[in-house]
Amino acid sequence: MTARLQHSSARGALVLLLVLLAPPIRHALESSMTTQMLVQIPLLITVGVLLSAAVPARINAAMGAWDHRGITGLVLASFVGAFWMLPRSLDAAVTDPRFDIAKYLSAVLLIGLPFALSWKRMGFIVRGVFLLELIATFFRLGWLYLIWPDRLCNNFLLDDQQRLGRYMLLIGALLFFWITIKLMWGRLDSFAEALPPAFSPDTGGRHLYGGPDV
Amino acid sequence: MRTLLASLVLVLSGGVALSTATDHFRAFTTEAARRIAVLEHPVDVPAVSLETETGARLDLAAFRGKWLLVDFVYTRCPTYCTTLGSEFAQLQSSLALPLAQHKVQLLSVSFDPEHDTPQRLAEYLQRFRTSDSGWLAARPVDQDGLALLEKSFGITVIPDSFGGYTHNAAIHLVDPHGRLVEIFDVGNSSLAAQAVMRRIAP
Repeated sequence: MTARLQHSSARGALVLLLVLLAPPIRHALESSMTTQMLVQIPLLITVGVLLSAAVPARINAAMGAWDHRGITGLVLASFVGAFWMLPRSLDAAVTDPRFDIAKYLSAVLLIGLPFALSWKRMGFIVRGVFLLELIATFFRLGWLYLIWPDRLCNNFLLDDQQRLGRYMLLIGALLFFWITIKLMWGRLDSFAEALPPAFSPDTGGRHLYGGPDV
Repeated sequence: MRTLLASLVLVLSGGVALSTATDHFRAFTTEAARRIAVLEHPVDVPAVSLETETGARLDLAAFRGKWLLVDFVYTRCPTYCTTLGSEFAQLQSSLALPLAQHKVQLLSVSFDPEHDTPQRLAEYLQRFRTSDSGWLAARPVDQDGLALLEKSFGITVIPDSFGGYTHNAAIHLVDPHGRLVEIFDVGNSSLAAQAVMRRIAP
């Protein structure tokens, strides 16, 4: 990655973080369960992802030794993500400033940043497992929020919870279709990396199978 | 190898963190956590000044010595408070004896004191109660008192889309020492009655 891209990525992370920290925007996003879960937290994760471009290559390489195929980063991001899926964590983030600070810090530094660094190290299988589990999580939580007769958060209304459930089901379905289309007609970039060179469709494969000479 | 080690450490610490955050996987919601918290660590209820449906002033501490069943309502409420009203009416009959012996007291506290004047509180009681004894309705005299009550009992009130409020409705049991010791779900008034009978049994 070029230094210029690194620079603009880090600047983008900072600008986005400042926007999300602005009190009117923060209050607006936290006033509803839907926007807190589907807008605020994903944008905080995006800040972490953008920030990952600014991590020096030397440090990233050193971390790679502890992060074979991106497993460690994925485990970290998954556990922290699971914590912020607990209804009582979402509740506490609205009423307790310590939880809100923890949400901002952890979504950026413990979800977005490690996930982005690890994603590049993940092979096809790990990415596939992650994406399917992500889709399953959207379906599970979405279904739960949609059918649960009582409020799961004391700070949010029942219709907000049900709307969140509907959107999560929709997002899960869209992700599912996107992956299906990519698997059937597209090309997952990591597919080539994950396979030994001989099976790689654009280089070795041609020699192995005697592809067309052009 | 190093990845395995790092991941194992993360899985273990993540498991401990999630377990702590959910009271050992018993409470995933604030409501469930509130019930477990008071069972394990009873909360001292603050001595807040109240005005009852007759206009009389009294302190919440005045109920010490009795078992107190408290719910939080606002009288315009078309949903939970109606349910709570009929549940307190049921408690009036199932706990008739200890109520008559002044061992138990029912108290409905309004979290909308501006609107819920003594007259409106009296009308609220009129709508539900089956007898004249053992059930009072009251409003906190000032906003500070209301905030203290909401904080100690763990009540969250949020405006709904119809000009009213949504709140975490429940039946709260305060012991004779003025400590909140147990919280019951709405719809479980018989459980609350059984718990009271069990606790007042010598």
